[in-house]
Amino acid sequence: MANEGLAVYIHWPWCLAKCPYCAFTSFATPPDEDLWREACQTELAFYAARISARRVGSVYIGGGTPSMMNPATLERLLATIARFWPMESDVEITLEANPATVDAAHFQAFRDAGVKRLSLGIQALREDALRFLGRIHGVKEARQAIEAAVRIFPRLSLDLIYARPGQTPEAWTDEVREALAMGAQHLSLYQLTVDPRTAFATRVRHDGACLEAAPEDSARLFETTQEILREAGFPAYEVSNHARPGEESRHNRAVWRYQDYLGIGPAAHGRLRDGGVRFATENPGRPDVWAERVAAYGHGAVRRQALTREEAQREARLMGLRLVEGLNADRWRRLFNEDLDQSLDSPRVDRLVREGLAVKDAQGFRTTPAGLQRLEAILRYLERGQG
Amino acid sequence: MESLESLRNFAIVAHIDHGKSTLADRLIERCGALEAREMRSQVLDSMDIERERGITIKAQTVRLRYLAKDGKTYVLNLMDTPGHVDFAYEVSRSLAACEGSLLVVDSTQGVEAQTLANAYQAIDAGHTLVPLLNKIDLPASEPDRIRQQIEDVVGLDASDAVLISAKTGIGIEDVLEAIVTRLPAPQGQADAPLKALLVDSWYDAYLGVVVLVRVVDGVLRKGMKVRFMGTASTHEADRVGVFTPKKVEVDELGPGEIGFLTAGIKHISATRVGDTVTEERRPASAPLAGFKPSVPVVFCSLFPTDAGAFERLRDSLGKLALNDASFQFEAETSAALGFGFRCGFLGLLHLEIVQERLEREFNLDLVTTAPSVIYRVHRVDGSILTLHNPADMPNPSTITTIEEPWIKATILTPDTYLGDILALCSERRGVQIELTYVGQRALVIYYLPLNEVVFDFYDRLKSVSRGYASFDYVFADYREGDLVPLNILVNDEPVDALACIVHREQADRRGRALCERLKELIPRHLFKIPIQAALGGRIIARETIPALRKDVTAKCYGGDISRKRKLLDKQKEGKKRMRQFGDVEIPQSAFVAVLKTDREK
Ligand SMILES: Nc1nc2c(ncn2[C@@H]2O[C@H](COP(=O)(O)OP(=O)(O)OP(=O)(O)O)[C@@H](O)[C@H]2O)c(=O)[nH]1
Ligand SMILES: C[S@@+](CC[C@H](N)C(=O)[O-])C[C@H]1O[C@@H](n2cnc3c(N)ncnc32)[C@H](O)[C@@H]1O
Ligand code: SF4
Ligand SMILES: [Mg+2]
Repeated sequence: MANEGLAVYIHWPWCLAKCPYCAFTSFATPPDEDLWREACQTELAFYAARISARRVGSVYIGGGTPSMMNPATLERLLATIARFWPMESDVEITLEANPATVDAAHFQAFRDAGVKRLSLGIQALREDALRFLGRIHGVKEARQAIEAAVRIFPRLSLDLIYARPGQTPEAWTDEVREALAMGAQHLSLYQLTVDPRTAFATRVRHDGACLEAAPEDSARLFETTQEILREAGFPAYEVSNHARPGEESRHNRAVWRYQDYLGIGPAAHGRLRDGGVRFATENPGRPDVWAERVAAYGHGAVRRQALTREEAQREARLMGLRLVEGLNADRWRRLFNEDLDQSLDSPRVDRLVREGLAVKDAQGFRTTPAGLQRLEAILRYLERGQG
Repeated sequence: MESLESLRNFAIVAHIDHGKSTLADRLIERCGALEAREMRSQVLDSMDIERERGITIKAQTVRLRYLAKDGKTYVLNLMDTPGHVDFAYEVSRSLAACEGSLLVVDSTQGVEAQTLANAYQAIDAGHTLVPLLNKIDLPASEPDRIRQQIEDVVGLDASDAVLISAKTGIGIEDVLEAIVTRLPAPQGQADAPLKALLVDSWYDAYLGVVVLVRVVDGVLRKGMKVRFMGTASTHEADRVGVFTPKKVEVDELGPGEIGFLTAGIKHISATRVGDTVTEERRPASAPLAGFKPSVPVVFCSLFPTDAGAFERLRDSLGKLALNDASFQFEAETSAALGFGFRCGFLGLLHLEIVQERLEREFNLDLVTTAPSVIYRVHRVDGSILTLHNPADMPNPSTITTIEEPWIKATILTPDTYLGDILALCSERRGVQIELTYVGQRALVIYYLPLNEVVFDFYDRLKSVSRGYASFDYVFADYREGDLVPLNILVNDEPVDALACIVHREQADRRGRALCERLKELIPRHLFKIPIQAALGGRIIARETIPALRKDVTAKCYGGDISRKRKLLDKQKEGKKRMRQFGDVEIPQSAFVAVLKTDREK
């Protein structure tokens, strides 16, 4: 039915230490690597039995810090995937890495195991910032990791966190320019967000610490970022993601385009079409709970929920509008067998277009740069009265 | 039944915050009515709102037993009353149930406007007053000066005023002795037909309607068939009891006693404060005088955010009104806002409290219109329209004159602030009636248009006098004024709930202030929003709320779209406290807050 490649996400739920800003599911406990691998393989087999006639377009091993794993483990997982589904010739295989967990030999072993793209969480190129973020590596390790990765992997992406307290647009400009000069093809630049379930949130609650940029500063920093990256030939293709044209993350873009993706491992989420219905799967976050469920049922999902057409369209809208390309009319028709216009409130769309916040044409519906930086407000505006 | 000679019924009255509830704590404690572990500060302030705001809203009654120095045990009925002028109706009803009052005066602050107002009310009610000088534990306490002030300003003999600290307990014995020796015992005929004053009522989730009564004559017994004379309804008193402050059931209440009864009353309309309770079998020949009805001075309309909640709102308003005799409401329909209720209050604080109680205790989401007073509109055809809602203002060509309510205000202030206060009063179109000095203090009496007062006058008065001036008022009369309707347009649409009536000379100032204030109160939107004030078709003020500059989440967690969805739902949930006008969302709180205009200036 769907002609796009299947996207496979595998979650590694451990880190060497927990960063105080991070709400991703990860534990700073010793990994039970074999148990994890075996359960992942069981889940892959479970889904393979249901969706066989597909090619795999991308594999993304995220976390947590999956670069902690033994490269042999990864090799076996990739072999399992290849046994169940044919891989497209240009399949994208990404591994997330933390600079503190790698040396060149380790990188090479991952490369040999089949990793084609590395996503390296350097977070900052300033010592004080890394300390503030509670990172367990310094600038020197970050730079060394980047240099090795550039040499070893065909494609490299860097994660940075900005809009840190007190960060000026000038200081950030210098820092991001340094990052741009280091040879990566892709940059994920996230504004620091205080998530309620983190140590940072506790600090904000207890000491009234102010860890997020003021709204005006945040806006200025965002605009500065868009401008610098565009000039450098790394236009944004998603709110926080920039790439040289053609170097976008195929996997993440599939998720934003609301194509099918498998969620394997603790805390992983998936969206799969099965007999015309779209299912949302959600795995438990605790590795032991997940592994027990996999042992019992063949998969870990605590919920396999059939989404209604409205729910699915809403999800597709929320995700798709994060992309600069927005919602594509042809793709929408393939996803839902229905015209994009039918699922949009046209007076509101017209108003957004009139105000210069969005564009509506034969290709589809998308935000302008001015609209992208006000996306949440646009999503609320489009939904008012319908949910 | 208690013997009359052993009974003492008294109210504690004072200006706000002078320490009434704290004194009640000490008396309860000293008489051993509560165990130490049950005690907490201002224990009688039991509503959440009272505790949060640190003020008394509802009067409370407690029965205490006190072994006096003369060797006899007395039964004391204490009534703690609120000090804020908006709750004066609670005070007046409590006074009617007692023979004496303790007049508490903060000895660091002295006589304030509500000290005067409450003292006179108590005297009018025929009470014997015992002045108490409180907070003598504080270094700033000046009992001698304040004693003199009570004599000069209130005109009360204060030579035997009792010096106390309600906080530390100094003087509490003396207060108790003064109560038994200086306050009169109640009078009444035990063998006469039952005649009891319905002082208060409220809705209890377990007991249903609870009625607080003061027995004047006769005896109220458990199981008795009683009749409420005013509403002509008959019930069986299935429970009779007193508050110690815990509810304790008793078999009967005799003359002079204060207590409660329940009677399986289903219909809230059956109980009306001020009514007389008598025995069905042997009724009293005439009812008691009852209370003067309270006269609401501020009005606003309440609409449920969810139109389906209309009946629930009606039911909740009924229950609340049962507990708050000064609150009034009637159904109303607005073209813009749908079905709702027009409500009358004794002031802006009263309005805020009722609104908050409805939202908290009854879990309702409300839309509130801007508060307003009642205008009398004289029309060309000779008819008179009583205008509650500025949005209902008829076409100007059909109007000859408009009258507005005026009040007589009493302000007491240290003379240093007098200049600023006089300026404030004249800015508000006030007419001075009297200005007298008592020592370093000035007593000013003014006529003021209520419309200029109810909203932010009190805040302004406090700020120009650094909190030292106090204020009290009574309704005076209606007077003609050059009044015009001021409309507010948000995003080019008139918002009925923000319309108000102003004096022509004040229109520019008010219009500008309203627009500026709304600009602060309405959050930024996706689009820029013009805000305008208009007199007829003429725009007299304009502000623009700039568009949001950025609102986008940086990170979405992998494929976890559910989280993203929930986040958006939560943002939308937060918007529920907003009221939608076209494309614009105005926060609920703005409708009242917008009138507190020139606070900062
Ligand atoms: N230092 C000192 N503080 C006191 C004394 N009596 C009361 N207070 C304080 O004064 C404040 C007001 O006391 P309340 O007892 O709530 O006053 P109130 O008269 O009941 O106030 P309303 O019911 O709102 O009119 C509280 O913070 C008390 O702790 C006293 O004798 N000494
Ligand atoms: C799951 S991590 C993967 C990288 C790897 N675990 C590491 O930290 O080196 C994904 C990225 O999300 C970003 N991120 C996590 N929490 C964030 C937050 N609270 N605010 C902004 N960005 C955040 C960081 O840039 C992080 O690299
Ligand atoms: S940011 Fe990366 S390394 Fe830090 S806790 Fe999160 S997943 Fe682990
Ligand atoms: Mg009190």
